[in-house]
Amino acid sequence: MTVRIWSLAGALAVLALLIALPDVVRGYYVALATKMLIFALFAMSLDLLLGYTGLASLGHATYFGVAAYTVALLVVRAGVNSATAFPAALAAATVTGVLFAPLALRARGSYFLMITFALAQVVWSIAFGWRSLTNGDDGMPNVVRPDFGWSLDNTVSFYHFVLATVGVAALLLAAIANSPFGRALRGIRESESRMQALGYDVWRYQYVAFVLSAFFAGIAGALYAYYNRFVGPEYLNVVQSAEALIMVILGGAGTLLGPAIGAALIVYLEDFVSSMTEHWVLVLGIIYVLVTLFAPRGLIGLVVEFRQRRAAK
Amino acid sequence: MTALTVENVSKNFGGVAALKDISLDVQEGERRVLLGPNGAGKTTLFHTISGNVVPSAGRIALFGLDITRLRPDRRARLGLARTFQITNLFPRLTALDSVLLALGGASGRGMQLIRPLSSYRSLYGEAQQVLDRWGLAATARRIVRTLSYGEQRQLEIALALAGKPRLLLLDEPTAGLSPAETRRVVAMVHELPRDMTIVMIEHDMDVAFELADRIAVMHLGRLIAEGDEAAIRANKQVTEIYLGAE
Repeated sequence: MTVRIWSLAGALAVLALLIALPDVVRGYYVALATKMLIFALFAMSLDLLLGYTGLASLGHATYFGVAAYTVALLVVRAGVNSATAFPAALAAATVTGVLFAPLALRARGSYFLMITFALAQVVWSIAFGWRSLTNGDDGMPNVVRPDFGWSLDNTVSFYHFVLATVGVAALLLAAIANSPFGRALRGIRESESRMQALGYDVWRYQYVAFVLSAFFAGIAGALYAYYNRFVGPEYLNVVQSAEALIMVILGGAGTLLGPAIGAALIVYLEDFVSSMTEHWVLVLGIIYVLVTLFAPRGLIGLVVEFRQRRAAK
Repeated sequence: MTALTVENVSKNFGGVAALKDISLDVQEGERRVLLGPNGAGKTTLFHTISGNVVPSAGRIALFGLDITRLRPDRRARLGLARTFQITNLFPRLTALDSVLLALGGASGRGMQLIRPLSSYRSLYGEAQQVLDRWGLAATARRIVRTLSYGEQRQLEIALALAGKPRLLLLDEPTAGLSPAETRRVVAMVHELPRDMTIVMIEHDMDVAFELADRIAVMHLGRLIAEGDEAAIRANKQVTEIYLGAE
Protein backbone atom coordinates (compact mmCIF):
# COMPACT_ATOMS: atom_id res chain seq x y z
CA MET A 1 0.00 0.00 0.00
CA THR A 2 2.78 2.43 0.86
CA VAL A 3 4.34 1.68 -2.52
CA ARG A 4 1.09 2.77 -4.13
CA ILE A 5 0.97 6.03 -2.17
CA TRP A 6 4.54 6.81 -3.10
CA SER A 7 4.06 6.12 -6.78
CA LEU A 8 0.88 8.22 -6.74
CA ALA A 9 2.78 11.06 -5.05
CA GLY A 10 5.55 10.64 -7.61
CA ALA A 11 3.11 10.78 -10.51
CA LEU A 12 1.46 13.92 -9.09
CA ALA A 13 4.85 15.58 -8.64
CA VAL A 14 5.82 14.79 -12.23
CA LEU A 15 2.47 16.12 -13.44
CA ALA A 16 2.90 19.37 -11.46
CA LEU A 17 6.38 19.72 -12.91
CA LEU A 18 5.10 19.16 -16.44
CA ILE A 19 2.33 21.74 -15.99
CA ALA A 20 4.78 24.30 -14.59
CA LEU A 21 7.47 23.55 -17.17
CA PRO A 22 6.86 26.64 -19.37
CA ASP A 23 7.53 28.85 -16.33
CA VAL A 24 10.90 27.21 -15.82
CA VAL A 25 12.46 26.76 -19.26
CA ARG A 26 12.79 28.78 -22.45
CA GLY A 27 10.25 28.58 -25.27
CA TYR A 28 12.54 26.41 -27.38
CA TYR A 29 12.52 23.69 -24.74
CA VAL A 30 8.76 24.02 -24.25
CA ALA A 31 8.38 23.20 -27.94
CA LEU A 32 10.82 20.32 -27.57
CA ALA A 33 8.87 19.02 -24.55
CA THR A 34 5.69 19.21 -26.65
CA LYS A 35 7.31 17.01 -29.27
CA MET A 36 8.46 14.60 -26.54
CA LEU A 37 4.89 14.27 -25.28
CA ILE A 38 3.53 13.61 -28.77
CA PHE A 39 6.10 10.90 -29.43
CA ALA A 40 5.62 9.47 -25.96
CA LEU A 41 1.99 8.81 -26.92
CA PHE A 42 3.05 7.42 -30.30
CA ALA A 43 5.50 5.02 -28.63
CA MET A 44 2.95 3.98 -25.97
CA SER A 45 0.41 3.23 -28.71
CA LEU A 46 2.93 0.99 -30.45
CA ASP A 47 3.75 -0.73 -27.17
CA LEU A 48 0.15 -1.88 -26.83
CA LEU A 49 0.97 -4.07 -29.86
CA LEU A 50 4.65 -4.80 -29.33
CA GLY A 51 5.02 -4.99 -25.56
CA TYR A 52 1.58 -6.18 -24.49
CA THR A 53 0.36 -8.31 -27.38
CA GLY A 54 3.76 -9.42 -28.69
CA LEU A 55 3.23 -8.20 -32.27
CA ALA A 56 6.16 -6.25 -33.73
CA SER A 57 4.87 -3.79 -36.32
CA LEU A 58 7.16 -1.95 -38.69
CA GLY A 59 4.32 0.11 -40.07
CA HIS A 60 3.05 2.07 -37.15
CA ALA A 61 3.82 5.40 -38.85
CA THR A 62 0.85 4.62 -41.10
CA TYR A 63 -1.76 5.46 -38.47
CA PHE A 64 0.25 8.42 -37.22
CA GLY A 65 0.65 9.74 -40.77
CA VAL A 66 -2.91 9.00 -41.92
CA ALA A 67 -4.23 11.09 -39.01
CA ALA A 68 -1.76 13.90 -39.75
CA TYR A 69 -2.63 13.91 -43.45
CA THR A 70 -6.36 13.83 -42.68
CA VAL A 71 -5.96 16.99 -40.58
CA ALA A 72 -3.91 18.68 -43.30
CA LEU A 73 -6.18 17.67 -46.19
CA LEU A 74 -9.33 18.74 -44.36
CA VAL A 75 -7.90 22.04 -43.14
CA VAL A 76 -5.79 23.06 -46.15
CA ARG A 77 -7.70 21.50 -49.05
CA ALA A 78 -11.28 21.40 -47.80
CA GLY A 79 -11.21 24.43 -45.52
CA VAL A 80 -12.66 22.46 -42.63
CA ASN A 81 -12.35 23.92 -39.15
CA SER A 82 -9.17 22.63 -37.59
CA ALA A 83 -10.90 21.46 -34.40
CA THR A 84 -13.44 19.46 -36.43
CA ALA A 85 -10.60 17.85 -38.34
CA PHE A 86 -9.27 16.30 -35.11
CA PRO A 87 -11.99 13.66 -34.55
CA ALA A 88 -12.06 13.03 -38.31
CA ALA A 89 -8.33 12.29 -38.19
CA LEU A 90 -8.81 9.81 -35.33
CA ALA A 91 -11.60 8.14 -37.29
CA ALA A 92 -9.37 7.89 -40.38
CA ALA A 93 -6.52 6.31 -38.40
CA THR A 94 -8.91 3.88 -36.72
CA VAL A 95 -10.56 2.88 -40.00
CA THR A 96 -7.12 2.31 -41.54
CA GLY A 97 -6.38 0.02 -38.60
CA VAL A 98 -9.69 -1.79 -39.05
CA LEU A 99 -8.83 -2.44 -42.71
CA PHE A 100 -5.13 -3.28 -42.31
CA ALA A 101 -5.38 -5.47 -39.20
CA PRO A 102 -6.99 -8.48 -40.94
CA LEU A 103 -4.25 -8.41 -43.58
CA ALA A 104 -1.38 -8.12 -41.10
CA LEU A 105 -2.85 -10.65 -38.67
CA ARG A 106 -2.72 -13.39 -41.27
CA ALA A 107 0.90 -13.75 -40.21
CA ARG A 108 2.97 -13.75 -37.04
CA GLY A 109 6.50 -12.87 -36.05
CA SER A 110 8.77 -11.49 -38.74
CA TYR A 111 6.08 -12.08 -41.40
CA PHE A 112 3.71 -9.83 -39.47
CA LEU A 113 6.50 -7.26 -39.40
CA MET A 114 6.96 -7.53 -43.17
CA ILE A 115 3.26 -7.19 -43.97
CA THR A 116 2.87 -4.12 -41.75
CA PHE A 117 5.95 -2.69 -43.44
CA ALA A 118 4.57 -3.38 -46.94
CA LEU A 119 1.19 -1.83 -46.09
CA ALA A 120 2.95 1.23 -44.67
CA GLN A 121 4.99 1.61 -47.86
CA VAL A 122 1.79 1.58 -49.91
CA VAL A 123 0.34 4.43 -47.86
CA TRP A 124 3.64 6.30 -47.98
CA SER A 125 3.84 6.00 -51.76
CA ILE A 126 0.31 7.40 -52.11
CA ALA A 127 1.25 10.44 -50.02
CA PHE A 128 4.51 10.75 -51.94
CA GLY A 129 3.14 10.16 -55.42
CA TRP A 130 -0.26 11.84 -55.51
CA ARG A 131 1.15 15.33 -55.99
CA SER A 132 -2.08 17.04 -56.99
CA LEU A 133 -3.64 16.08 -53.67
CA THR A 134 -0.75 15.95 -51.21
CA ASN A 135 1.99 18.08 -52.83
CA GLY A 136 4.10 14.92 -52.79
CA ASP A 137 7.55 15.39 -51.34
CA ASP A 138 6.97 19.10 -50.66
CA GLY A 139 4.33 18.31 -48.07
CA MET A 140 1.48 20.55 -47.00
CA PRO A 141 2.13 23.73 -45.00
CA ASN A 142 -0.40 26.09 -43.39
CA VAL A 143 -2.06 23.51 -41.14
CA VAL A 144 -3.63 25.91 -38.68
CA ARG A 145 -4.00 24.87 -35.07
CA PRO A 146 -7.48 24.44 -33.62
CA ASP A 147 -9.12 27.20 -31.60
CA PHE A 148 -11.32 26.04 -28.74
CA GLY A 149 -12.15 29.55 -27.64
CA TRP A 150 -8.57 30.01 -26.56
CA SER A 151 -5.84 30.18 -29.16
CA LEU A 152 -3.27 27.41 -29.40
CA ASP A 153 -0.99 29.55 -31.54
CA ASN A 154 1.55 30.29 -28.85
CA THR A 155 3.99 27.66 -27.71
CA VAL A 156 2.85 27.55 -24.08
CA SER A 157 -0.89 27.17 -24.66
CA PHE A 158 -0.25 24.50 -27.32
CA TYR A 159 2.05 22.69 -24.90
CA HIS A 160 -0.71 22.60 -22.29
CA PHE A 161 -3.21 21.38 -24.88
CA VAL A 162 -0.87 18.54 -25.87
CA LEU A 163 -0.11 17.75 -22.22
CA ALA A 164 -3.83 17.44 -21.45
CA THR A 165 -4.57 15.33 -24.55
CA VAL A 166 -1.61 13.01 -24.10
CA GLY A 167 -2.38 12.78 -20.36
CA VAL A 168 -5.94 11.63 -20.97
CA ALA A 169 -4.80 9.20 -23.69
CA ALA A 170 -2.11 7.78 -21.38
CA LEU A 171 -4.68 7.27 -18.61
CA LEU A 172 -6.92 5.42 -21.06
CA LEU A 173 -4.01 3.26 -22.18
CA ALA A 174 -3.14 2.50 -18.56
CA ALA A 175 -6.77 1.53 -17.87
CA ILE A 176 -6.73 -0.79 -20.88
CA ALA A 177 -3.37 -2.30 -19.89
CA ASN A 178 -4.69 -3.09 -16.40
CA SER A 179 -8.10 -4.36 -17.48
CA PRO A 180 -8.96 -8.05 -17.99
CA PHE A 181 -8.48 -7.30 -21.68
CA GLY A 182 -4.94 -6.04 -21.04
CA ARG A 183 -4.11 -9.14 -19.05
CA ALA A 184 -5.46 -11.30 -21.88
CA LEU A 185 -3.13 -9.46 -24.27
CA ARG A 186 -0.15 -10.29 -22.03
CA GLY A 187 -1.30 -13.90 -21.97
CA ILE A 188 -1.40 -13.93 -25.77
CA ARG A 189 2.11 -12.45 -25.87
CA GLU A 190 3.31 -15.27 -23.62
CA SER A 191 1.52 -18.15 -25.37
CA GLU A 192 -1.09 -17.95 -28.11
CA SER A 193 -1.75 -21.69 -28.11
CA ARG A 194 -2.26 -21.81 -24.35
CA MET A 195 -4.70 -18.88 -24.53
CA GLN A 196 -6.62 -20.66 -27.27
CA ALA A 197 -6.74 -23.82 -25.20
CA LEU A 198 -8.22 -21.72 -22.38
CA GLY A 199 -11.04 -20.55 -24.64
CA TYR A 200 -9.77 -17.18 -25.86
CA ASP A 201 -10.47 -16.13 -29.43
CA VAL A 202 -6.88 -14.96 -29.83
CA TRP A 203 -7.38 -13.37 -33.23
CA ARG A 204 -10.20 -11.14 -31.96
CA TYR A 205 -8.06 -9.85 -29.11
CA GLN A 206 -5.15 -9.14 -31.44
CA TYR A 207 -7.52 -7.38 -33.83
CA VAL A 208 -8.94 -5.13 -31.13
CA ALA A 209 -5.43 -4.37 -29.83
CA PHE A 210 -4.30 -3.49 -33.37
CA VAL A 211 -7.22 -1.09 -33.90
CA LEU A 212 -6.81 0.53 -30.46
CA SER A 213 -3.13 0.95 -31.17
CA ALA A 214 -3.95 2.65 -34.49
CA PHE A 215 -6.43 4.95 -32.75
CA PHE A 216 -3.89 6.14 -30.18
CA ALA A 217 -1.20 6.54 -32.85
CA GLY A 218 -3.75 8.67 -34.70
CA ILE A 219 -4.06 11.05 -31.74
CA ALA A 220 -0.28 11.51 -31.77
CA GLY A 221 -0.24 12.03 -35.54
CA ALA A 222 -2.97 14.68 -35.50
CA LEU A 223 -1.18 16.52 -32.69
CA TYR A 224 2.06 16.40 -34.66
CA ALA A 225 0.38 17.96 -37.70
CA TYR A 226 -0.72 20.85 -35.47
CA TYR A 227 2.68 21.00 -33.83
CA ASN A 228 4.60 21.52 -37.08
CA ARG A 229 1.68 23.24 -38.84
CA PHE A 230 2.88 20.99 -41.66
CA VAL A 231 2.68 17.42 -42.89
CA GLY A 232 5.03 15.60 -45.25
CA PRO A 233 5.54 12.03 -46.46
CA GLU A 234 8.31 11.54 -43.89
CA TYR A 235 5.51 11.19 -41.29
CA LEU A 236 4.61 7.91 -43.03
CA ASN A 237 8.18 6.84 -43.61
CA VAL A 238 9.66 3.54 -42.42
CA VAL A 239 12.22 5.57 -40.45
CA GLN A 240 9.33 6.98 -38.44
CA SER A 241 8.05 3.45 -37.75
CA ALA A 242 11.52 2.21 -36.84
CA GLU A 243 12.14 5.17 -34.57
CA ALA A 244 8.96 4.32 -32.67
CA LEU A 245 10.13 0.71 -32.30
CA ILE A 246 13.46 1.90 -30.92
CA MET A 247 11.71 4.26 -28.49
CA VAL A 248 9.71 1.31 -27.13
CA ILE A 249 12.69 -1.04 -26.94
CA LEU A 250 15.00 1.59 -25.44
CA GLY A 251 12.51 2.46 -22.70
CA GLY A 252 11.30 -1.09 -22.07
CA ALA A 253 8.54 -2.93 -23.92
CA GLY A 254 5.56 -4.13 -21.95
CA THR A 255 5.34 -1.06 -19.73
CA LEU A 256 3.79 2.30 -20.56
CA LEU A 257 6.30 4.43 -18.69
CA GLY A 258 9.24 2.85 -20.54
CA PRO A 259 8.24 3.84 -24.08
CA ALA A 260 7.36 7.36 -22.86
CA ILE A 261 10.86 7.73 -21.39
CA GLY A 262 12.39 6.16 -24.51
CA ALA A 263 10.50 8.62 -26.71
CA ALA A 264 11.59 11.62 -24.65
CA LEU A 265 15.22 10.47 -24.81
CA ILE A 266 15.17 9.84 -28.56
CA VAL A 267 13.49 13.18 -29.29
CA TYR A 268 16.02 14.98 -27.11
CA LEU A 269 18.97 13.14 -28.68
CA GLU A 270 17.70 13.76 -32.19
CA ASP A 271 17.45 17.47 -31.44
CA PHE A 272 20.91 17.52 -29.84
CA VAL A 273 22.65 15.42 -32.50
CA SER A 274 20.97 17.19 -35.40
CA SER A 275 22.47 20.48 -34.24
CA MET A 276 25.92 18.99 -34.85
CA THR A 277 25.59 16.51 -37.72
CA GLU A 278 23.03 15.42 -40.26
CA HIS A 279 23.77 11.74 -39.66
CA TRP A 280 21.08 11.30 -37.03
CA VAL A 281 19.94 7.94 -38.40
CA LEU A 282 23.49 6.61 -37.96
CA VAL A 283 23.43 7.61 -34.30
CA LEU A 284 19.98 6.05 -33.96
CA GLY A 285 21.39 2.79 -35.34
CA ILE A 286 24.21 2.83 -32.81
CA ILE A 287 21.74 3.43 -29.97
CA TYR A 288 19.71 0.47 -31.17
CA VAL A 289 22.74 -1.84 -31.23
CA LEU A 290 23.85 -0.70 -27.76
CA VAL A 291 20.38 -1.22 -26.28
CA THR A 292 19.96 -4.71 -27.72
CA LEU A 293 23.44 -5.66 -26.48
CA PHE A 294 23.43 -4.15 -23.00
CA ALA A 295 19.81 -3.49 -22.06
CA PRO A 296 17.64 -5.92 -24.04
CA ARG A 297 14.73 -5.24 -21.69
CA GLY A 298 15.18 -1.48 -21.96
CA LEU A 299 15.92 1.15 -19.35
CA ILE A 300 12.97 0.04 -17.20
CA GLY A 301 14.37 -3.49 -17.38
CA LEU A 302 17.73 -2.23 -16.09
CA VAL A 303 16.03 -0.57 -13.12
CA VAL A 304 14.03 -3.71 -12.34
CA GLU A 305 17.16 -5.89 -12.55
CA PHE A 306 19.09 -3.50 -10.32
CA ARG A 307 16.30 -3.62 -7.71
CA GLN A 308 16.09 -7.41 -7.89
CA ARG A 309 19.84 -7.72 -7.45
CA ARG A 310 19.76 -5.34 -4.46
CA ALA A 311 16.81 -7.24 -2.98
CA ALA A 312 18.69 -10.53 -3.41
CA LYS A 313 21.66 -9.28 -1.38
CA MET B 1 -23.72 -40.52 -22.49
CA THR B 2 -20.73 -40.56 -24.81
CA ALA B 3 -18.41 -37.71 -23.90
CA LEU B 4 -16.02 -38.08 -26.79
CA THR B 5 -16.45 -39.79 -30.13
CA VAL B 6 -13.53 -40.23 -32.49
CA GLU B 7 -14.71 -41.73 -35.79
CA ASN B 8 -12.33 -43.01 -38.48
CA VAL B 9 -9.88 -40.17 -37.92
CA SER B 10 -6.76 -40.07 -40.09
CA LYS B 11 -4.05 -37.46 -40.30
CA ASN B 12 -1.29 -37.19 -42.87
CA PHE B 13 1.64 -34.82 -42.54
CA GLY B 14 2.92 -34.64 -46.08
CA GLY B 15 3.53 -38.29 -46.92
CA VAL B 16 3.64 -39.44 -43.31
CA ALA B 17 0.48 -41.00 -41.93
CA ALA B 18 0.47 -40.00 -38.25
CA LEU B 19 -3.03 -41.34 -37.58
CA LYS B 20 -4.62 -44.22 -39.47
CA ASP B 21 -8.35 -44.65 -39.15
CA ILE B 22 -8.69 -44.20 -35.41
CA SER B 23 -12.07 -44.79 -33.81
CA LEU B 24 -12.64 -44.33 -30.11
CA ASP B 25 -15.60 -43.78 -27.76
CA VAL B 26 -15.14 -42.39 -24.26
CA GLN B 27 -18.13 -42.43 -21.90
CA GLU B 28 -18.99 -39.56 -19.58
CA GLY B 29 -17.03 -39.86 -16.34
CA GLU B 30 -14.65 -42.43 -17.77
CA ARG B 31 -10.90 -42.26 -17.18
CA ARG B 32 -9.19 -43.40 -20.34
CA VAL B 33 -5.46 -43.78 -20.71
CA LEU B 34 -3.69 -43.80 -24.07
CA LEU B 35 -0.59 -45.96 -24.16
CA GLY B 36 1.92 -46.43 -26.91
CA PRO B 37 5.60 -46.04 -27.73
CA ASN B 38 7.04 -42.74 -28.95
CA GLY B 39 5.77 -41.81 -32.39
CA ALA B 40 2.58 -43.84 -31.99
CA GLY B 41 0.48 -40.74 -32.73
CA LYS B 42 -0.93 -40.15 -29.23
CA THR B 43 -0.18 -36.45 -29.12
CA THR B 44 -1.39 -35.98 -32.71
CA LEU B 45 -4.66 -37.61 -31.69
CA PHE B 46 -4.86 -35.17 -28.75
CA HIS B 47 -4.23 -32.27 -31.13
CA THR B 48 -7.12 -33.34 -33.36
CA ILE B 49 -9.41 -33.61 -30.34
CA SER B 50 -8.39 -30.19 -28.96
CA GLY B 51 -8.46 -28.55 -32.41
CA ASN B 52 -4.77 -27.71 -32.83
CA VAL B 53 -4.61 -30.10 -35.78
CA VAL B 54 -7.43 -30.62 -38.28
CA PRO B 55 -7.76 -34.30 -39.25
CA SER B 56 -7.34 -35.30 -42.90
CA ALA B 57 -10.39 -37.54 -42.63
CA GLY B 58 -12.90 -38.60 -40.03
CA ARG B 59 -15.12 -36.96 -37.48
CA ILE B 60 -14.84 -35.91 -33.84
CA ALA B 61 -17.79 -35.22 -31.54
CA LEU B 62 -17.93 -33.77 -28.05
CA PHE B 63 -21.07 -34.79 -26.11
CA GLY B 64 -22.77 -35.54 -29.41
CA LEU B 65 -21.81 -32.23 -31.01
CA ASP B 66 -19.63 -32.40 -34.13
CA ILE B 67 -16.48 -30.38 -33.40
CA THR B 68 -14.24 -31.69 -36.20
CA ARG B 69 -13.63 -28.25 -37.67
CA LEU B 70 -14.13 -25.98 -34.66
CA ARG B 71 -11.29 -23.74 -33.51
CA PRO B 72 -9.55 -24.72 -30.25
CA ASP B 73 -11.02 -21.78 -28.34
CA ARG B 74 -14.57 -22.74 -29.35
CA ARG B 75 -13.96 -26.29 -28.14
CA ALA B 76 -12.58 -24.91 -24.87
CA ARG B 77 -15.77 -22.91 -24.34
CA LEU B 78 -17.74 -26.12 -24.94
CA GLY B 79 -16.03 -27.63 -21.92
CA LEU B 80 -12.85 -29.17 -23.29
CA ALA B 81 -9.58 -28.45 -21.50
CA ARG B 82 -6.10 -29.78 -22.10
CA THR B 83 -2.54 -29.71 -20.84
CA PHE B 84 0.48 -29.81 -23.10
CA GLN B 85 3.24 -32.39 -23.22
CA ILE B 86 5.82 -29.63 -23.42
CA THR B 87 4.92 -27.21 -20.63
CA ASN B 88 2.95 -24.37 -22.19
CA LEU B 89 2.46 -21.63 -19.62
CA PHE B 90 2.87 -17.85 -19.37
CA PRO B 91 6.58 -17.63 -18.41
CA ARG B 92 6.62 -13.94 -17.47
CA LEU B 93 3.29 -13.74 -15.65
CA THR B 94 2.61 -14.71 -12.05
CA ALA B 95 0.89 -17.99 -11.17
CA LEU B 96 -2.11 -16.02 -9.91
CA ASP B 97 -2.37 -14.04 -13.15
CA SER B 98 -2.21 -17.30 -15.10
CA VAL B 99 -5.15 -18.72 -13.15
CA LEU B 100 -7.04 -15.44 -13.55
CA LEU B 101 -6.60 -15.81 -17.31
CA ALA B 102 -7.82 -19.39 -17.13
CA LEU B 103 -10.93 -18.29 -15.23
CA GLY B 104 -11.50 -15.38 -17.62
CA GLY B 105 -11.36 -17.61 -20.68
CA ALA B 106 -14.05 -19.88 -19.35
CA SER B 107 -16.35 -17.04 -18.32
CA GLY B 108 -15.82 -14.92 -21.42
CA ARG B 109 -15.01 -11.92 -19.21
CA GLY B 110 -11.70 -11.26 -20.95
CA MET B 111 -13.00 -8.69 -23.42
CA GLN B 112 -13.81 -6.13 -20.75
CA LEU B 113 -11.74 -3.02 -21.36
CA ILE B 114 -12.71 -1.13 -18.23
CA ARG B 115 -11.82 -2.60 -14.90
CA PRO B 116 -14.76 -3.60 -12.71
CA LEU B 117 -13.24 -3.71 -9.23
CA SER B 118 -16.19 -5.39 -7.50
CA SER B 119 -16.33 -8.46 -9.73
CA TYR B 120 -12.55 -8.52 -9.56
CA ARG B 121 -12.32 -9.29 -5.85
CA SER B 122 -14.42 -12.42 -6.23
CA LEU B 123 -12.35 -13.46 -9.25
CA TYR B 124 -9.09 -13.02 -7.30
CA GLY B 125 -10.53 -15.08 -4.46
CA GLU B 126 -11.57 -17.79 -6.87
CA ALA B 127 -8.11 -17.84 -8.46
CA GLN B 128 -6.41 -18.10 -5.08
CA GLN B 129 -8.74 -21.00 -4.22
CA VAL B 130 -7.70 -22.84 -7.38
CA LEU B 131 -4.04 -22.47 -6.38
CA ASP B 132 -4.77 -23.49 -2.77
CA ARG B 133 -6.68 -26.54 -3.90
CA TRP B 134 -3.82 -27.87 -6.03
CA GLY B 135 -1.08 -27.20 -3.52
CA LEU B 136 0.23 -24.09 -5.25
CA ALA B 137 -0.89 -21.54 -2.64
CA ALA B 138 2.63 -20.29 -1.99
CA THR B 139 3.36 -19.68 -5.68
CA ALA B 140 0.60 -17.11 -6.27
CA ARG B 141 2.85 -14.04 -6.53
CA ARG B 142 5.77 -15.79 -8.18
CA ILE B 143 6.70 -15.45 -11.85
CA VAL B 144 5.90 -18.73 -13.60
CA ARG B 145 9.38 -18.96 -15.12
CA THR B 146 10.89 -19.16 -11.63
CA LEU B 147 8.71 -22.09 -10.49
CA SER B 148 10.21 -25.56 -10.28
CA TYR B 149 9.45 -27.98 -13.10
CA GLY B 150 7.13 -29.96 -10.84
CA GLU B 151 5.24 -26.82 -9.84
CA GLN B 152 4.93 -25.84 -13.50
CA ARG B 153 3.44 -29.25 -14.37
CA GLN B 154 0.97 -28.87 -11.51
CA LEU B 155 0.09 -25.37 -12.72
CA GLU B 156 -0.56 -26.79 -16.20
CA ILE B 157 -3.19 -29.05 -14.70
CA ALA B 158 -4.57 -26.34 -12.41
CA LEU B 159 -5.05 -24.01 -15.42
CA ALA B 160 -6.87 -26.72 -17.35
CA LEU B 161 -9.12 -27.40 -14.36
CA ALA B 162 -9.86 -23.76 -13.49
CA GLY B 163 -12.64 -23.55 -16.07
CA LYS B 164 -14.34 -26.70 -14.66
CA PRO B 165 -14.15 -28.65 -17.93
CA ARG B 166 -16.38 -31.60 -18.80
CA LEU B 167 -13.62 -33.30 -20.78
CA LEU B 168 -10.01 -33.05 -19.65
CA LEU B 169 -7.08 -34.09 -21.85
CA LEU B 170 -3.83 -34.67 -19.97
CA ASP B 171 -0.74 -35.09 -22.15
CA GLU B 172 1.89 -36.94 -20.09
CA PRO B 173 1.17 -35.10 -16.85
CA THR B 174 3.86 -36.99 -14.92
CA ALA B 175 6.64 -36.89 -17.52
CA GLY B 176 9.92 -35.83 -15.95
CA LEU B 177 8.52 -35.67 -12.42
CA SER B 178 10.14 -37.16 -9.33
CA PRO B 179 8.31 -40.10 -7.69
CA ALA B 180 6.99 -37.77 -4.97
CA GLU B 181 5.74 -35.25 -7.52
CA THR B 182 4.18 -38.05 -9.57
CA ARG B 183 2.26 -39.21 -6.50
CA ARG B 184 1.00 -35.65 -5.98
CA VAL B 185 -0.29 -35.50 -9.57
CA VAL B 186 -1.93 -38.92 -9.26
CA ALA B 187 -3.62 -37.71 -6.07
CA MET B 188 -4.76 -34.61 -7.93
CA VAL B 189 -6.42 -36.72 -10.61
CA HIS B 190 -8.03 -38.97 -7.97
CA GLU B 191 -9.56 -35.90 -6.32
CA LEU B 192 -11.27 -34.75 -9.50
CA PRO B 193 -15.06 -35.04 -9.58
CA ARG B 194 -16.08 -38.46 -10.86
CA ASP B 195 -18.38 -37.03 -13.56
CA MET B 196 -15.40 -35.32 -15.23
CA THR B 197 -14.26 -37.30 -18.25
CA ILE B 198 -10.50 -37.65 -18.52
CA VAL B 199 -8.37 -38.84 -21.42
CA MET B 200 -4.73 -39.08 -20.55
CA ILE B 201 -1.49 -39.98 -22.29
CA GLU B 202 0.79 -41.71 -19.82
CA HIS B 203 4.08 -43.55 -20.09
CA ASP B 204 4.31 -44.63 -16.47
CA MET B 205 2.64 -48.08 -16.35
CA ASP B 206 1.85 -47.93 -12.65
CA VAL B 207 0.18 -44.55 -13.05
CA ALA B 208 -1.69 -45.73 -16.13
CA PHE B 209 -3.10 -48.87 -14.54
CA GLU B 210 -3.91 -47.04 -11.30
CA LEU B 211 -5.93 -44.26 -12.89
CA ALA B 212 -7.50 -45.87 -15.94
CA ASP B 213 -10.96 -47.37 -16.22
CA ARG B 214 -10.08 -48.39 -19.74
CA ILE B 215 -6.89 -48.29 -21.74
CA ALA B 216 -6.32 -47.79 -25.45
CA VAL B 217 -2.99 -48.75 -27.00
CA MET B 218 -1.64 -47.06 -30.11
CA HIS B 219 1.20 -48.13 -32.35
CA LEU B 220 2.44 -46.48 -35.57
CA GLY B 221 -0.71 -44.40 -35.96
CA ARG B 222 -3.14 -47.27 -35.37
CA LEU B 223 -5.30 -48.24 -32.42
CA ILE B 224 -4.24 -51.83 -31.74
CA ALA B 225 -5.96 -52.69 -28.48
CA GLU B 226 -8.66 -51.42 -26.14
CA GLY B 227 -9.86 -52.74 -22.82
CA ASP B 228 -9.41 -52.81 -19.06
CA GLU B 229 -6.16 -53.52 -17.26
CA ALA B 230 -6.50 -57.31 -17.41
CA ALA B 231 -7.31 -57.30 -21.12
CA ILE B 232 -4.35 -55.09 -21.94
CA ARG B 233 -1.97 -57.13 -19.81
CA ALA B 234 -3.20 -60.28 -21.52
CA ASN B 235 -2.94 -58.85 -25.04
CA LYS B 236 -0.03 -60.53 -26.79
CA GLN B 237 0.51 -57.87 -29.43
CA VAL B 238 0.69 -55.18 -26.78
CA THR B 239 3.16 -57.17 -24.75
CA GLU B 240 5.33 -57.58 -27.80
CA ILE B 241 5.48 -54.02 -29.08
CA TYR B 242 4.96 -51.95 -26.01
CA LEU B 243 5.70 -53.80 -22.82
CA GLY B 244 8.57 -55.57 -24.57
CA ALA B 245 10.96 -56.79 -21.93
CA GLU B 246 8.36 -56.76 -19.12
